[in-house]
Amino acid sequence: MTERDRKAGTDGGSAALLSVEGLTVGFRTAAGYADILHAVSFAVRPGTTTCVVGESGSGKSVSCQAVLGLLPANGRRTAGRILFEGRDLAAASEAELETIRGRGIGMVFQDPLGSLNPLHTVGTQLRETLRLHTALSEPQRQARALELLRLVGIPEPEQRLASYVHQFSGGMAQRVMIAMALACEPKLLIADEPTTALDVTIQAQILDLLNRLKAEFGMAILFVTHDLGVVAEMADDVVVMRHGRVVEAGPAARLLTAPQAPYTRELLAAMPRLDVAAPVYRKRAAS
Amino acid sequence: MPGRLFLTKLARGLLTVWLIVTLTFVALNLSGDPIEALVGDQAPAEVIAHYREKFGLDRPLWQQYVSYVSGIAQGDFGLSLSDQRPAIELIAAALPRTLRLGLTAFVLGLLLGVGLGIVAALNRNRAIDRFVMSFAVLGFSLPNFFLGILLILLFSLHWRLLPSSGDQTIWHLILPAVTLGTHFAGTFARFTRSAMLEVLSKQYVVAARAKGVPRPRRVLWHALPNAAIPIITIIGLKLGDLVAGSIIVETVFAVPGVGRLLVNAVTSRDFALVQAILIMTSITMVLANLAVDAIYALIDPRMRAARSES
Repeated sequence: MTERDRKAGTDGGSAALLSVEGLTVGFRTAAGYADILHAVSFAVRPGTTTCVVGESGSGKSVSCQAVLGLLPANGRRTAGRILFEGRDLAAASEAELETIRGRGIGMVFQDPLGSLNPLHTVGTQLRETLRLHTALSEPQRQARALELLRLVGIPEPEQRLASYVHQFSGGMAQRVMIAMALACEPKLLIADEPTTALDVTIQAQILDLLNRLKAEFGMAILFVTHDLGVVAEMADDVVVMRHGRVVEAGPAARLLTAPQAPYTRELLAAMPRLDVAAPVYRKRAAS
Repeated sequence: MPGRLFLTKLARGLLTVWLIVTLTFVALNLSGDPIEALVGDQAPAEVIAHYREKFGLDRPLWQQYVSYVSGIAQGDFGLSLSDQRPAIELIAAALPRTLRLGLTAFVLGLLLGVGLGIVAALNRNRAIDRFVMSFAVLGFSLPNFFLGILLILLFSLHWRLLPSSGDQTIWHLILPAVTLGTHFAGTFARFTRSAMLEVLSKQYVVAARAKGVPRPRRVLWHALPNAAIPIITIIGLKLGDLVAGSIIVETVFAVPGVGRLLVNAVTSRDFALVQAILIMTSITMVLANLAVDAIYALIDPRMRAARSES
């Protein structure tokens, strides 16, 4: 990693909306705390998309959870700062975080069908978010919920508000989750593998939707994925993670065409491409 | 159609009641001669014959069965052998006491058990959790008669705070209700804890947290209704224990309720009364299970959907 890249990734300067600095997270195990994030640093500029890529277990999801203070009960942040609009979320109390979650920062998850409560209607859950963070009256909340479902492209939104999650497909449920995350027009959307559980055609629709909403709301997106095709589609900046460390970070255009770190090159080489013939492996005897 | 499914369940319930009516009839007829128990084995033959005729026991067994079943269908459970009054009257006189004790104990156990279960789940593996769970294990493993006698020793004999027997005042209710309620609290606490632990780790609870829902609302509005399904199943099953428990507790605390009536009826081989109590109990159980099914559908939209499809 060059000095210039380190700057691009970690030091958005005062311009950064979110800036994670030296974040170290440990998980309690039978043999004490084991660090799974080691001094992770990256930044998200306002109105842009930063993609965090890496293989399973590289720490990309934990990094996102840590931003909103959503680590599992056995996880603990041991060092580092998480600056959002100049406030250190790592030092914030649970009550302070509750005012930021869903309002300043929205979040969508990998499993949309599991992310909605099966016993409450979609409308109730949408209005709940509005009731937590806005001063809207009940009729206003109902109107806003309807507007949000239209915004994310759900047909027959009036009927859908009264529906339960078991009546939705994965793609439709993810649209609902996006609507809920955007209900209070947050400055930042954290999307933790939001398309991994979806069909390829639905994936493309969700990515288009996110890009459209990003432009419409002027929000930034922190997008976690292991799919470099998605990165090419979405990212302004890329953070490559491996074994709980940032391997390389920088602008997508540079990083995807001229990767510096050997691991990034391996990742890019591992992606099947249509314009390059796949390497053909022959038996040794035949060659 | 929900209506059709409900009718199926109702028919199944009626079948259950009929089976119990029949089994009770068979079991009691196998268990010995009730007239002998009533008048003693030294009684002259004509006295025995008189009583046999009076209670219809001189007729062939199948006739007794048919008239018994048709009687029950019309709400006639026959005459008590020892008391000569209709069995249903004796039960009606004792039932309010049993209901008061049983419901108090049940509500006490439910509130205490579910409350403690939630507290334990939220403090998993901490000292509070261990303490609550020790209480729960103790609660459901201590036999009712033992706990009852222990409480009498402490609160009635040692500290002289509460009456040990009878049911004249509200104070008389406390010890038996606590005895019976502790057992339910123990069971409900364990089931609530495990159901809550499972639900609290679900994605939708994490998602609720991620949108800024405060913890009390996450626990009570997002998690608890989802944990309620297994808890309600246990409630339905535990109603049977309520009957069994009240028999013991009413005996220990000398409460003249249905439980004690049943014990006396069995000792005096009072055919009609035993049959009547067993059948009333089974009807209660069948109704309770229907109620549990209805509550499922009330809580869970997926079950409502399953019903409307079938």
